[in-house]
Amino acid sequence: MNGYNFAYLDEQTKRMIRRAILKAVAIPGHQVPFASREMPLPYGWGTGGIQVTASILGREDVLKVIDQGADDTTNAVSIRRFFAATAGVQTTTRTADASVIQTRHRIPEAPLTEQQILVYQVPQPEPLYRLEPSRAETTRMHALAEYGAMHVKLYEDIARLGQVAISYDYPVMVNGRYLTSPSPIPAFDNPKLHRMPALQLFGAGREKRIYAIPPYTDVRSLDFEDHPFRPHRADAACALCGSRQSYLDEVVTDNRGGRMFVCSDTDHCASRRAAGCEGVAA
Amino acid sequence: MSVAPATVVPPDRPGFADPVADAQATFRAVLDALARPGRIHPAGVGLDAPAPLAPATAALLLTLVDPDTPIWLAPALAAARDWIVFHCGAPLVADPGAAAFVVTTELPPLDRLAAGSDEAPEAGASVILQLAALGTGPRMRLTGPGLAAPSLFAATGLGAGFVAAWWANRALFPRGIDLLLCAGTELAALPRSVSVEAL
Repeated sequence: MNGYNFAYLDEQTKRMIRRAILKAVAIPGHQVPFASREMPLPYGWGTGGIQVTASILGREDVLKVIDQGADDTTNAVSIRRFFAATAGVQTTTRTADASVIQTRHRIPEAPLTEQQILVYQVPQPEPLYRLEPSRAETTRMHALAEYGAMHVKLYEDIARLGQVAISYDYPVMVNGRYLTSPSPIPAFDNPKLHRMPALQLFGAGREKRIYAIPPYTDVRSLDFEDHPFRPHRADAACALCGSRQSYLDEVVTDNRGGRMFVCSDTDHCASRRAAGCEGVAA
Repeated sequence: MSVAPATVVPPDRPGFADPVADAQATFRAVLDALARPGRIHPAGVGLDAPAPLAPATAALLLTLVDPDTPIWLAPALAAARDWIVFHCGAPLVADPGAAAFVVTTELPPLDRLAAGSDEAPEAGASVILQLAALGTGPRMRLTGPGLAAPSLFAATGLGAGFVAAWWANRALFPRGIDLLLCAGTELAALPRSVSVEAL
């Protein structure tokens, strides 16, 4: 594209973001501040993830972008087009073919490999935000590894409701040191964070933070011995491909209470159907 | 306290032939090197680096260093000073403790370098250490984030006190320095999170 540098950002901005990414990788789970730029789309549309992707992307990369698991929703389509236009990179919807995957709120069902980088769009990087609104205070809590408040929150959930009432953005401990937000992925995806072969980078544009989980790093969802972490999944099969393992979206189909469950990961569902798997609505 | 050079002599050696693509390729090499400690990557291949900088060292400087990052340059590398100032525009500092990047051929006393604070450990320095060779020399076992299983690493020129110095650095975690190792056209990295044992 004329008038822009490769992948939109200027080289000095990329260097600044790249230095932040390197420190983030060296300190797993720690939020590194960075000078987030204004992007040609508003905060909340993945500007953090886009800046991280723009800083790592090369001409030979193959980019996949998902929004809640889907390749064909507005956010995914516009970000994919953005990089096709500004970087001229090849894009794909197939998880296995991608070298860089930018994601909003899901981890693909297909296991990722060492050759891939997963970039998360993060609205609120601070896991303690709902418990302690002061950034100065949460920074100190991270410095001291003082995470009692989060355990109390989980305990109060169990005391009142009998279970932890967090279904997405479920807090994790990274490498036994930093309490970290996995971004609003469903708790169902949390086990995939643990010792993933792919490098995971997290970008929060409005909050101006970058953090990372290196490959094969221990990631533990917070829990108690007598109330172990349990990922939740709707008790149904995908109506299109019949999967009983994948994470499902509930879709309202009419005004009479009709509904169906379908895979949230559209590429996973399509590959299963291509391989002959069928659900009740197929 | 940066020492602004009075005159910069335009160096006779160029920077990257393709600044955007070459910086991106070098960044991905150092990113993967930090994400997978001890893994050796090519870097600076084809770069006409000014003596005494190795191509990998020069490529790393062109990729990461700019006017925002004060650097401390070891006297042994002083001949490349004009090239670095011209191509990177980085302020040179006299105190290694004030540098974001410490560029050297021998391991400095790590406790004299910026280690960051508990609240901002990312302010810890990056040490770009140019060595004789990677993959040969005294062997070490690495464990930590990025490694599926303990892995072997070897480098020539880290010095006898390295493992002890690294343990002291590791004990500061999350504070500490990160080590970027360069030799010829290869680089590897040891982030502060990795543990090193001599074999």
